[in-house]
Amino acid sequence: MSEFAVIGKNLPKPDAFGKATGAALYIHDVEVKGMLHARIKRSERPHARIVSIDTSKARELPGVKAVITAADFSTVTPFGFHKDHPPLKGDKVRSYADEIAAVAAISEDIAQAACDLIVVEYEDLEPVFTVADAMKEGAPIIHESKGTNHVEDYDFNHGDVDAAFAEADIVLEDEFELTFVNHCCLGPTCMIAEYDLNENLTLWSPTQIPFLLQRDLAECLGIPATKTKIIQPLIGGAFGKGLDMYAFEPVCCMLSMKAGRPVRLLFNREEEFRYTPTRQPVKGRLKTGAKSDGTLLAREMRVLLDIGAYVSWGVLTPVVGMHTNSSLYRVPNVRYHGEAYYSNNPSSGAMRGYGNPQATFMIETHMDMLAERLGIAPDEVRRRNANRPGDETPSGAKYTTCGLPECIDIIARESGINAERERTDGGPIARGIGMASTLNVAGGARIYRSDGCGAIVKVDDFGKVGLVTGATEIGQGTDLILTQIVAEELGVPFEDVRIVPADTDIKPWDVGCHASRTAFIAGNAARMAAGQARDKIVLHAAKMLEARPEEIDIREGNVFVSGQADRSLPIGKVVRAIHFRGGGSIVTTEAFYDPPNEMTDAGHKGNISATYGFGTQAAAVEVDTETGQVTVKKIWAAHDVGRVLSPIGAEGQVEGGISMGMGYALTEQLIVEEGEVKNPTFLDYRIATSLDMPEIETHFVETIDPEGPFGAKGLGEMGSVPTAPAIANAVFDAIGVRIHSLPITPEKILHALKEKNRSES
Amino acid sequence: MAQHAIHLTINSEPHELTVQPNRTLLDVLREDLGLTGTNKSCGTGDCGACTVLMDGLSVNSCLTLAVEADGTDVVTVEGLARERQLHPVQEGFVKHNAIQCGFCSPGMIMAGAALLERNPSPTDEEIRRGLEGNLCRCTGYTKIVDAVRWAAERMNDATPVEDAP
Repeated sequence: MSEFAVIGKNLPKPDAFGKATGAALYIHDVEVKGMLHARIKRSERPHARIVSIDTSKARELPGVKAVITAADFSTVTPFGFHKDHPPLKGDKVRSYADEIAAVAAISEDIAQAACDLIVVEYEDLEPVFTVADAMKEGAPIIHESKGTNHVEDYDFNHGDVDAAFAEADIVLEDEFELTFVNHCCLGPTCMIAEYDLNENLTLWSPTQIPFLLQRDLAECLGIPATKTKIIQPLIGGAFGKGLDMYAFEPVCCMLSMKAGRPVRLLFNREEEFRYTPTRQPVKGRLKTGAKSDGTLLAREMRVLLDIGAYVSWGVLTPVVGMHTNSSLYRVPNVRYHGEAYYSNNPSSGAMRGYGNPQATFMIETHMDMLAERLGIAPDEVRRRNANRPGDETPSGAKYTTCGLPECIDIIARESGINAERERTDGGPIARGIGMASTLNVAGGARIYRSDGCGAIVKVDDFGKVGLVTGATEIGQGTDLILTQIVAEELGVPFEDVRIVPADTDIKPWDVGCHASRTAFIAGNAARMAAGQARDKIVLHAAKMLEARPEEIDIREGNVFVSGQADRSLPIGKVVRAIHFRGGGSIVTTEAFYDPPNEMTDAGHKGNISATYGFGTQAAAVEVDTETGQVTVKKIWAAHDVGRVLSPIGAEGQVEGGISMGMGYALTEQLIVEEGEVKNPTFLDYRIATSLDMPEIETHFVETIDPEGPFGAKGLGEMGSVPTAPAIANAVFDAIGVRIHSLPITPEKILHALKEKNRSES
Repeated sequence: MAQHAIHLTINSEPHELTVQPNRTLLDVLREDLGLTGTNKSCGTGDCGACTVLMDGLSVNSCLTLAVEADGTDVVTVEGLARERQLHPVQEGFVKHNAIQCGFCSPGMIMAGAALLERNPSPTDEEIRRGLEGNLCRCTGYTKIVDAVRWAAERMNDATPVEDAP
């Protein structure tokens, strides 16, 4: 029997009932009394000076309540990671997404009609659409005040890389290209802003960073943060999209300021594809040096990033790629150099994996090439280099628990990657299996001064438990695992614990839903607050039951003397005894958990996370050598997640990650031509469907993490990271060609096969 | 714009509505009737989030004009549960963690219910084919297929395999 009553059980996600019956209220379903509807007038040029903006006709349209441009707001200042982004653009536009004016009207149709009446006169500037062009001497400057298109450099050095390459028996060097990807949240971007007559601002937002947004919004709009509140209704998917404030959020607030009424801004799907942030496109070069037995000696990664017109938190993604470069497998000598540039393309942001998918694709392609060139099995080359518990990596990451070797073993065994297998169907179909591993932060990531999260637990007079968490639920199951953690810690039934929806006025602080940190950080905070409530109840129950506190246990909502079932009280009765008496008190506790990790130093060294997660996946594919079509037949996944809090919840995270990774591998690409998105529909931008997805076999390696809540580690992003390289390696196994750019389209496969046949003949 | 009177049944209740000819069934359900369980994700029939049943068939309500629904029997996710009992597909979704962000779930559940009406004992391949028009970005579909398979077993009055003692 399990040592736990609730942890490790398959329990229903608490919000699933409302989501299955249609009762759930997403932001799209929220009606605020008197609400107007907004539309935005965006740039019709990729790069131009604004000569004039004529809004006169728009203002005259009946039903229009507010028309705004940058000229209307003297207190509004640029925002963003580099403070380079004015919400409304008054002097120049730098991409097709740029917001020039906005309208609030009694209906969306009228607001759109008014936007269409706004006339902007432009003076075109020479645009910049590639990093190569952005770097050129004499290139048009996108942000004149910066004097250059160069945004940031990222450098990491450890050991003697050059000497190690000189000493290596084998050196691989290849170029890779990773593309623009859209989050494709099913719930489109939506927000409601209300600036009331007392000058209080309320924003209903699907943000992942309520407290940073509160600060950023107030700062940008020039209003006090004490008068700013963020409410997060149910969120229809996020995957990193909500990790920044974007221009449309202050713009929506500015419309409410001007109109004096609440204003809703809702994106349609086309706008979602065109105007929300993307995953960073990356051009990279990887050099790997190893001994003839496959032992890694050195790795050097160089990347160029196109960050688009404005800088978001996404500009830090190379720091994650750099960490993967230094810390996925044991590699003693590492170098990383990254450069980020502005362009007139769509701006990039944060997306699941945050720099890790790009770096892992490069590294895992090379691991496979090492195996192939050295005649070592693909699992064996990885096993020989796998990190182990106790490792400290070149970046200073300390691996307390590390199940990577076990993950590799499970995947090699279950996938039969080394077994004799049918290589073709006798016709055009070629079959292959490939594998890849991943490393991910799993105990927070201190990229901000605090990496903490707060929790408030209340046990009421009936034994019902409420949890207010700083964490943000975006579908990943925070509600499920926090409910389990509180129920387990307090000893009450799962059904008696409720997550209480809360806004920033009451929610205790949290840095945000990112870096797969919520289970670990918010989980520890919830466990601490629940533990304090338990302590208080135990102390009083001991007096009531005439026993010592250490003899008291709580299970299933009953407080009892251990081993004496007849000396027992319902938890509610104990709480009432604490409460209803002279000088009484209530059982409400709060805790704040900030993990034992550190910010990295100027050289990007430091133990950024309190623990790390690992995983390995294998893919079996069929490649039609006549059409170039790749079909994924099965995926095996093994992930080290510390303790599994919810088996079906954890599997769901991995399975969903794999579907995103499969899209990244085979179909997903935002086609951007001269700054314009050319495929802004689900028909032309293909995410995996139920028919595309193969059977997925998921295994967990439960390294019980000493710092994690009940031993758990983070998991949210990890499942999506190794899938693409595993598929690419499987394609090589099937047809003997390597595609170094994603997605692996039929065109690329046919072209590569043709090249291969030509060189062989 | 001219207004049209339409008569239809929605979740077993008769409705007489006056609608503009350019309004979709989805807009009328969400905006006029407050049936916000049906979600709008793409508005172009590519994702299935707005799936409802019209005369027993699953349709994209974003591509169905309200006037086309005149005289029909429409069931939305709000009308699926009967006598305070979840429909087996809804129950399966809750039980099998087939719901993460949940934005696709109402449409997915309606598509699943329609599939089981046509084919009470589908194979996994048939379930996947039946849900192909409904996109999900969160789950990878594995748990959704599990949920529909479980619902089929329940509706066929067999004890679902995993619930057997």
